[in-house]
Amino acid sequence: MRRALTGVVLAAGFGGALGLCISLALAQSPPSEHKSGFEFISPESQATQQDDFSNPGMLWVAEGEALWSAQAGASGRSCAGCHGDAAVSMKGVAARYPVYFAESGQPIDLQSRINVCRKVNQKAAPFPLESRELLALSAFIGKQSRGMPITTGEDKRLEPFRARGQELYEQRQGQLNFSCANCHDDNWGKRLASSVIPQSHPTGYPLYRLEWQSMGSLQRRLRNCMVGVRAEPYPYGSQEYVELELFLMTRAKGMPLETPAVRP
Amino acid sequence: MARALINVPAKAKRGEIIEIKALISHPMETGYRTGPDGALVPRDIINRFICTYNGVEIFSADLFPAIAANPFFSFTTTATESGRIAFRWIDDRGQAHLETAEIAVE
Repeated sequence: MRRALTGVVLAAGFGGALGLCISLALAQSPPSEHKSGFEFISPESQATQQDDFSNPGMLWVAEGEALWSAQAGASGRSCAGCHGDAAVSMKGVAARYPVYFAESGQPIDLQSRINVCRKVNQKAAPFPLESRELLALSAFIGKQSRGMPITTGEDKRLEPFRARGQELYEQRQGQLNFSCANCHDDNWGKRLASSVIPQSHPTGYPLYRLEWQSMGSLQRRLRNCMVGVRAEPYPYGSQEYVELELFLMTRAKGMPLETPAVRP
Repeated sequence: MARALINVPAKAKRGEIIEIKALISHPMETGYRTGPDGALVPRDIINRFICTYNGVEIFSADLFPAIAANPFFSFTTTATESGRIAFRWIDDRGQAHLETAEIAVE
């Protein structure tokens, strides 16, 4: 639903400056032209991501590895107690999330799935969303699929949720009245203030963002953009984020997972 | 206090210049930020980093509040003899984090 294929679009910097420019708005890029955000960052940041001894995301991966084999909750079981070696059991898992979760009849993202396991199988308190522990475990599990192609969305039951995610992606919102697609489909590769607008493929989450000086989830990143267009972000853990993630991951199908990625 | 990742080559030739990397997780709280209650969050930074090679200091640094969280150091030294390279980070609370790595020099 690319509204303006050619024509005049209003481009607005997050700083608030409004400028009028003629734009040959691009339709959503075909898979062959999919570019990871990695291709838009500086060579220095790329080098940081690619070296496991300088990628700060690896600190979270190391913490996740420790949590993986730590006993938790009334069950006294660790993740490893059931799942064994994560390098085997978790290989490819993050590359297919969000998945359809039959118990709830809805898609579920990796972080919430970890918490279901904690609650039901370990009989432990779920980790708060965006907590260090949950990011660490997600990063550790995500890293087991690093380099593997994204396969999200193969389950047919996910289709209505994916479609809802696409609707959210294309829906204008906020005081600036922008949809995600207005920037990330129609104007990727151009600049918003000094930053290059990427195509918004969530290939490296959770990722280390230099601006945050920390690891963060895709939900945190989506909130950033929503605040940017002066919209009210959905609360953490809301279904909208899962549907958006499902749409974005399906759209990024075939791209290699980069977790833990580094972004400015 | 933290989790650290260090990278020292396991083997080197005598006289070879080797690169050493050290990354540590730390919030590097500046002391200038306010918390949700409006009060200043007390400063808590790593203020000193020291690297020794068989007990001899080969690199050290003083750190200040403008340095980002999870500080990363990369530096070089000459591989002179087999032994232990030790790393020590000290923060404002007086906590020290220690890491060591062995190197074989031929």
